[in-house]
Parts: sequence; structure tokens; C-alpha cells
Amino acid sequence: MAMSDLAPTGTPATPPESGPRGRRPRRPRRSRRLAGRDVVVVAVLLGLAVVIDIAFIWGPTIASVVLSFSSWNGVGDITWVGGQNYDNIVNNYPPFWPALRHNLLWLAFLGLVATPLGLFFAVLLDKELRFSRFYQSVIYMPVVLSLAIVGFIAQLVYSRDYGALNSILGRTSHPTDWLGDPNINIWAVLAAVGWKHIGYVMILYLAGLKAVDPSLKESAAIDGANEFQTFWRVTFPTLRPINIIVLVITVIEALRAFDIVYAINRGRNGLELLSVLVTDNIIGEASRIGFGSAIAVILLVISLGFIVTYLVRILREEPR
Amino acid sequence: MVPSSAGRSPAPSRVGFSLFGAGSPALSRRTLMRGTALGAGALALPAALAACGGDDDKGSDSGSKEVSFGSNYSDPVPKTAMESVLKGYESKASKTVKINTVDHNTFQENINRYLQGTPDDVFTWFAGYRMQFFASQSLAADISDVWSAVGSGFTDALKKASTGEDGKQYFVPFYYYPWAVFYRKSVFQQRGYTPPKTLDEFKALCEKMKTDGLNPIAFADKDGWPAMGTFDYLNMRINGYDFHVKLMAGKESWTSSQVKQVFDTWRGLLPYHQPGANGRTWQEAAQSLVAKQSGMYLLGAFVGEQFTDADRADLDFFAFPEINSQYKQDAVEAPIDGFMVSKKAKNTSGAKDLMKYLATPDAELLFLKSSPNNVATHKDADTSGYSQLQKKCAELVGGAKQVSQFLDRDTRPDFASTVMIPSLQSFINNPNDVDGLVKSIEDQKKTIFTT
Amino acid sequence: MSVEERAPAAAAARSAEQPVVKRRRRPPRPARIVLHVFLMVAALGFLAPLALAVYASLRPYAETAQRGYFSLPHKLTLHYYVQVFEQADLPKYFLNTMYIAIPAVILTLFLSSFVAFCIARLKMRGGILLLVIFTAGNLLPPQVLVTPLYQMYKSIPLPESLSSSLTLYDSYLGLVAIHVAFQVGFCVFVLANYMRTIPDEITEAAVVDGAGAFRQYWQVTLPLCRPALAALATLEFTWIYNDFLYALVLMSTGDKLPITSALNNLRGQFFTDYNLLAAGSVVVALPTVLVFLLLQRHFIAGLTLGANKG
Repeated sequence: MAMSDLAPTGTPATPPESGPRGRRPRRPRRSRRLAGRDVVVVAVLLGLAVVIDIAFIWGPTIASVVLSFSSWNGVGDITWVGGQNYDNIVNNYPPFWPALRHNLLWLAFLGLVATPLGLFFAVLLDKELRFSRFYQSVIYMPVVLSLAIVGFIAQLVYSRDYGALNSILGRTSHPTDWLGDPNINIWAVLAAVGWKHIGYVMILYLAGLKAVDPSLKESAAIDGANEFQTFWRVTFPTLRPINIIVLVITVIEALRAFDIVYAINRGRNGLELLSVLVTDNIIGEASRIGFGSAIAVILLVISLGFIVTYLVRILREEPR
Repeated sequence: MVPSSAGRSPAPSRVGFSLFGAGSPALSRRTLMRGTALGAGALALPAALAACGGDDDKGSDSGSKEVSFGSNYSDPVPKTAMESVLKGYESKASKTVKINTVDHNTFQENINRYLQGTPDDVFTWFAGYRMQFFASQSLAADISDVWSAVGSGFTDALKKASTGEDGKQYFVPFYYYPWAVFYRKSVFQQRGYTPPKTLDEFKALCEKMKTDGLNPIAFADKDGWPAMGTFDYLNMRINGYDFHVKLMAGKESWTSSQVKQVFDTWRGLLPYHQPGANGRTWQEAAQSLVAKQSGMYLLGAFVGEQFTDADRADLDFFAFPEINSQYKQDAVEAPIDGFMVSKKAKNTSGAKDLMKYLATPDAELLFLKSSPNNVATHKDADTSGYSQLQKKCAELVGGAKQVSQFLDRDTRPDFASTVMIPSLQSFINNPNDVDGLVKSIEDQKKTIFTT
Repeated sequence: MSVEERAPAAAAARSAEQPVVKRRRRPPRPARIVLHVFLMVAALGFLAPLALAVYASLRPYAETAQRGYFSLPHKLTLHYYVQVFEQADLPKYFLNTMYIAIPAVILTLFLSSFVAFCIARLKMRGGILLLVIFTAGNLLPPQVLVTPLYQMYKSIPLPESLSSSLTLYDSYLGLVAIHVAFQVGFCVFVLANYMRTIPDEITEAAVVDGAGAFRQYWQVTLPLCRPALAALATLEFTWIYNDFLYALVLMSTGDKLPITSALNNLRGQFFTDYNLLAAGSVVVALPTVLVFLLLQRHFIAGLTLGANKG
């Protein structure tokens, strides 16, 4: 799924003989002229989608950016304070830097551990295997679970005095405080996140692997390559488009991570994350709308950074 | 409560991958027809459903016969109790009360938006700065006229707690519960402990408990707010109620020697507290009290909910010990729950009438029948039906010279949740850097209290 | 790119081969056994936390409070499940969620597939821009949007027939709208990519037959996207079903909140019986699991069908 596939001037693999249909052969497949009624249909439906997107997504986003320069409690008058919120966030808000670190740590963990594991399971399950549907379903199951149950499961497993993990490990005099010790709780949470993320990535890769031409693999085997070499030289390169998607997903998950830490302890004491800080300041009773919006804008800028990088890749690949 | 992440980006699709040409067989005509019908239905569906979903909420503008009541009493027992209280009103005044119950946490998180949007006529809320804040933002209606009718049933302290910054009343109290140091009578009897009156006695008792193999003080702060009780009491005992109130209002500096003394005293007591507090919920800590593993627990009277009915008779408390003889044990922390009328109420006169009813001892007692851990606020409420513990609670609060509301109700909510919670948790993790801690709190406070 | 051409042929060949493979029943190689063992262990590892949660939901609070969650039971009880149905009022909240999720999923898929169609099949000018606008919109953290959205919702008037609160705030339509707006972005990205893989000859044929844009979309392109749509439907349903944020901010009537709120009702003001919450969570999670199991064969099986489209 390279973005070049989407370029208006892309050349998908179709036979060049469109001559017999009486069309001008050289014309790139660009916007064909739409008949009158078509224009209306397209305008209405496409227009509806665009209007909804702009009105409900981009409008509020821009409004949030504007609000980030204000100090407002949601009820009274808005006072404009320039960059003061940003100054306070960076210098005067202890949870901010840990949150940023944790988001980056999240990204590293997902990118270097969870995603490769997802690929690993996908490769394992790509074979003709009995029960493979069972394995796939089980590994995917954590993905459909909601916030409440994941938070509860974390409590079940990691609670210092009552949890399963400490019961199994058997330490009773000085049990490890998996959730309460700010030095290790982020790792405990990342394990739980991996639990959810692996199934997600696995399904993506499974779909992609199923589309890999088996004859390629067979010819590699005939040439004497072992499984690992076959994978690395033949299969993996054809997965490139999926890698892009998975990369995008991973980045999104890392930057928007929220659920698990919020369910465990509302994202405090070692589990700070940027999205949680935004929530604390905007959603709750605290109502530091301007301040929270500033944190959100920082998160937005980081997200946009990735979007722009992605965009640059697309445009660069496009064979103009 | 817990806003979850909305709209996580779905897996870009397990689908997208048959890029390489594998497609699916074309759908049959029948499926297509079904699809079209579904599509058309989908467009009409929201309108139809919203219409039928919206019917039950005709709003309380159907004359002055209906009053709407926004309630956060979402637990099953208080919910039923509240319903019976309101039914009492309905039969008395031959009006209808429409109850809108939202779960406890969501209600609080949403209060700002709720009051600005389409609030109910009467809503449940708390006394303290949290109440004054909304009053000063013109989101609550002035009910001084209600107070002139029913005010005689409440003490001055309660009236003060119901008054906004402009001197008018906005709140009617319903019940309250004190914070105190709870213990199990049987444990104290068995080991020969006596409730301490001063800090030194308290420390000595902790030492004794330690040597006896008990954890002296149960402690939990995973949720962030329980530790505030300890801070409040230490501050009020060491520096007095007035200083505490001023500190909460942002008028005193956190880097002052008084505040540092509070944290230093607390550090001295920390070795007697359960370790690992930041990973423990108050329920787990209360369970350690139930299981006789901990000797004492500073918490609100709701700790009783963790005890079975049989065990609850064994529960007792003593007031937080005196530290400074100037302030003795004058102040008691007793959060008050009650009601307010929203500014945007559709039926203000009906709302005020309901408030008058809710301010009666009958209404309070009707509720408290199923609430053994709370105490009525009305002077004339008949306390004969109270349990031993409730009577003691009523005495404690009744005899208090000053009543505080708890840190997160006495100060600005943004200060309490975004500054104090993380700060107290970091103190528990590292009690040695008090200077750094109070400086950080003071710096953050300055950015909040100016706005 | 050559894979694109060869895959249909290869897949066809493969499906022709399949009967042969199935009949080949030789004893499993030792490597296979190791693989199975590993996968079994992994699967059990994945299931374990869930199993623990279900186990906890069957035990009384007093017991787990005393002995921890990982202990042998003295007493197992379905009492919590009964309580969940009695206390949490699940049917009402479930219905509320359906009012939101079903229209939202259908509308999202419909609109986004059409936009994807315009981008990938009609190849409109400015397609890339459209794609970027939609995709980037979904990359935003939702918390960024809520305050302005709330203000906006409060000030959009609606007739009584569409919203009892007379504004977009506190209405199902409002929630459906924001879910659609937010999810369309991603679905456009996915579907546009997917549609790109459909060979153009198919639509060419339809054009020659005189089909207008909508017919090309509805009768030709959309059926070919079935696996994509099934997968997206599963995920969209799961995400919208599990959402709490938008409902929290944009609804104020307790009776209209979705099912995630029903779980909150199981939490007390002070005391939360976590075992009860576990039972509630299990029950609430069932529909999403069901949807996954129902639709699973469409997008996993669909992909292995390598049928030739040419």
C-alpha cells in the first residue's frame, strides 16, 4: 500500500491496451469528466463528508489552538495570556516532562517490542495450521476489551497486596509494588499494553502475509533458502506497504495512549501521559481550559510532525 | 470518572492487505438490495431513534407541577433512599419530581458543562469552596429566601458553609460525616491500648503497635485524595483553622515555615504508616483494618462500608490528636453534602419549595435510615435512632469549634486535582525533599490563583 | 508490482491445489509439534488475565479481599451476574449504545467509502489533499476537541423531534455526528488504499455500460470491498461501543448515557465492589466479542479466497 498507489498519476498494473475501447490511449487516468447528475451526487455526498469533517474536527482543533493562548475556566470570561500557558507547562508543571518521556518510551516499546512480536505471531500463524483461527482469536481478544475491564485486570494482576502476580511470586514480606512504585509501574503497564497491541498488529500482518505469492516462497525454497532467509529476503520486502500502515498505527497508539493508565490510577505517580494531562485539565472539574489546550496543542504538534513526515514521503514517492 | 479514549483509530484494516489482487466474489443481487435498504434506513435511523429516545424528557417546563432533580446518588442504596425522600415530597406537595441520576464520578467531572447546558432545577452538590465557585460564576440561584424560612434549624457553622462569597446563601445542607482516626474496639481492648489525646501519646501508641506486630496506621493514596485528610488535620492542629482556610484560599504561602512544619511532622509519622501507599486503594487499606492487620486508619466515616454488619459494631474512632495546645482539637473535618438550585432552572419556585422540604429533619432522617455512616445536619433531627457510632459522630461535629470541608472541597478544584494530588503523592514517595516540594507547589499555585 | 499481477493467478492455482494439501495427512513433524506447544502456551498466556477476571467475578468480595485474587475458591457464585442485570439496568444502556453505534457505524462506512471511491476510483483532482485532511483529522487526540465541541453543540438548535434538549448537546444525533466525523478519517484512508487495488477494468466496463458515478460506487466498487468493510465494521463498532469520552462531555441526561456509563453505576461513590465490576465488564464486553466472531470470517477468510477478478 505505498502511497504512490494513490497518486493521481499512478500507474497501476493494468494492460495498456485500452485502445479497443476507443479511448485516447495516452491519457492518464485522471478525473474523467463527470456527467451532470454525477456531479450532483458527488458534490452532495463528498461535500457532506467534508463539511462534517471540517465542522466537527478541524474547527474545534483550530479553536483549541486559539484557546491555548488564553486562561479560561470554561464559564466566565476569557483572558488572553499569550504564551504564558506554554511557559508554565514547560517550567512549572512537574508532570509534563515525565509524561513526554513516557510517551516516547511507549513509542519505543511498541515499535521495538510489541510490533515485532505481532509480526512474529503473524508469521507463525500464516502456515497451514490446525487451530490457527483459535490462536488468532485468542491473541486478538484483548483488543476488543474496554477500559473498565482492562483497568480491573491490571488491578487483579498487579495489586501489591491482593494481586495474582505477587501471589505467584510468593513474596509476602516486601511485596513488589507493581502499580504504586513510580520506577517500575510504567513497565508493568507496558506489558499490559503489549498484551493488547500484539493482536492488533498480528491481524494486520496476517492479512498481508496471506497476499504474498506462495510461488515466490516456493522458488526461494527450491533455491535452497531456509525459512528465515525466505522470510527476510522474499516475504518481508513485499510487506512494505503494510509496514507503513503498522508504523502509522504504532505512532498513533503511542501518542494517544490513554486508557490503561487512566483506568489504573488516573495517570499519576509514574504513569503520566500527555493525553491524560490534557484530560485532567480540560475534562474534569478542574477546568483549566487554556492550560489543557496548550498541552493538547503540544501533543498535536508532535502528531503533526509525524503526519508531515508521512506526507513528505508520499509526495516524494509520487512519480510526478 | 473515566473518559476512555474515544475513537481509537481502527486497525487500518485487516483488510487493506489484499492489495495484491485477491478480491472477494461479487455480492448477489439480494445482498445488494438488502444493502440499499440498510443504507437508506441508516440515514433515517438517527432521526427516528432520537425522536423516540427523546420523548421521555419533556422537560420540566410543563407548568409548576414538575421539578427536575439532578442527582449523583448512583449507588443502589442511596439511590433508593433518595427516591423515597423525594416521593415523600411528591405526596406532601402533590407535585412530581423528575430524577435524573448520573453516576457519581461523571456527575462531578461534568458539573461545569452541566450547569451551563441544560441543568435540572435542583441538583446535589457539596459545601465549601466548590459551592462558592459556582455561585460566583452565576451558575447557582440565590436561595437566601429559603434560608430565612428554614435557617433556624441549622447551626451558624452550617450557615457559613452554605454561604457564597457575596454573603448570600446558595446551598442547603443534607448530611455530613466526620473524618477521624478509626480503630477496632476489640483490638484495643485485647492489647490494652487507649485512644491518644496528644501527638506524643499517638506516637507512643504507634510504637507499641509496631512492637506488637501490627501495622500502626493504615494508609492508601492511589486515588490521590485520601492523603488530603492527613494533611488537613495536621495543618489545622499545628497552625489552626484560620491559617488552613487562608492557605486553601491561596492567601498564605506554601513555602512558609508553618507549612514546612506540617510536612516535617508528617515525615516523622510516616514510618508508622503502611508502606506502598501510592499503589493501594483506600478500600484495601480499610480491609487491613477489618482484618486486624492495621491498628488505626484516618479516614471518613464511610470506612464503615467496608465492614460487615456484624463487625460494624466493633468500629470506633477518636478525634485526631492535639498537637498545638493553642488549637487543641477544635477543628473537625466534616464534609457536608447537600443541594443547590441551578441558575438556569426552568421551575425556580418549585425548586425552592423542594429545597425547603429537603431542609427538614424528616427528609434527612428518611435518607439516613439506609445510611449508617452519615449524620443529619438539622438541629432537630431525632438522634434516638442512631447507632452508637453515629451518635459519637454527631457529638464530634456538633462540638467542633470549626468545621472544614476537606481539601478538595475547600480550595479551587484545579489546584486540588492538578497540583495537590501529584504533590502529595510525590511527598509520600520522597518525604525528604520538603523544600523542593513546597516550592513547586507555591510556584504552581501562583499560576492558578491569579486567574 | 509484479506480485499484483501474479497473485490472482497464484492464488487461483493455490485454491486448485488445496484439495491435494488437505488430503496429505502425514504425521506432524517435530517442528510442528513444538510450534503448536509454543502457540498453546502463548494463547493461554493471553487468555490468563481474562480468565482471572472472569474467575474473580464469580467470587464474593469478602473472599478475595481476604485471600487475594489468585487463591483457591471457597465459594463460587453467579450472584454478581444477577446483580449486574438487576442493578446496572443494562438493557436500557445497551439500547442507548445501539442508538449511537449502529447509525454511526453505518454512516461512517457509507460516507467514507464514497469519499474513498472519489479519491481512488474517480481519481478526482485534489484527491491527495482530501486524503490528508481526513487522515490527519483522525490522528488528533480527541481531548483536543472537546471544549470547543461542547460550546458548539450548545449553540446549535435542533427541533424537538430530533433532540429533547433542543440543541445538539445532550442528543443522540450529536454523538452520532462526532463519532462519524472522527472515524471517517481513518476509514477513508483504509478504503482508499483498498480500492486502489481493484483493477480498473471492472469499473471501465461499468462506465461503458453507461453507469453513473453512484452506480459504479454502489453496485460495482462497494461489493468488492466487502472484506475491508467487514473488518472496519468490527473495529468501528468496538471503538464506538467502548467510547466514553464523547458521551461524558456531550450528554447530560443520565438515562441517555451509553453502556460504558452503566459500568460506572456499579462503582460506588465510596466503595467499589471490584468483583461486581468484573462481572459487569464481562457482560458488557460480550457484544463486541460477538461482533468480532460473527464478522471474522469475512475479512480473514475473504482474504484467502484469492478469486480472480479480472
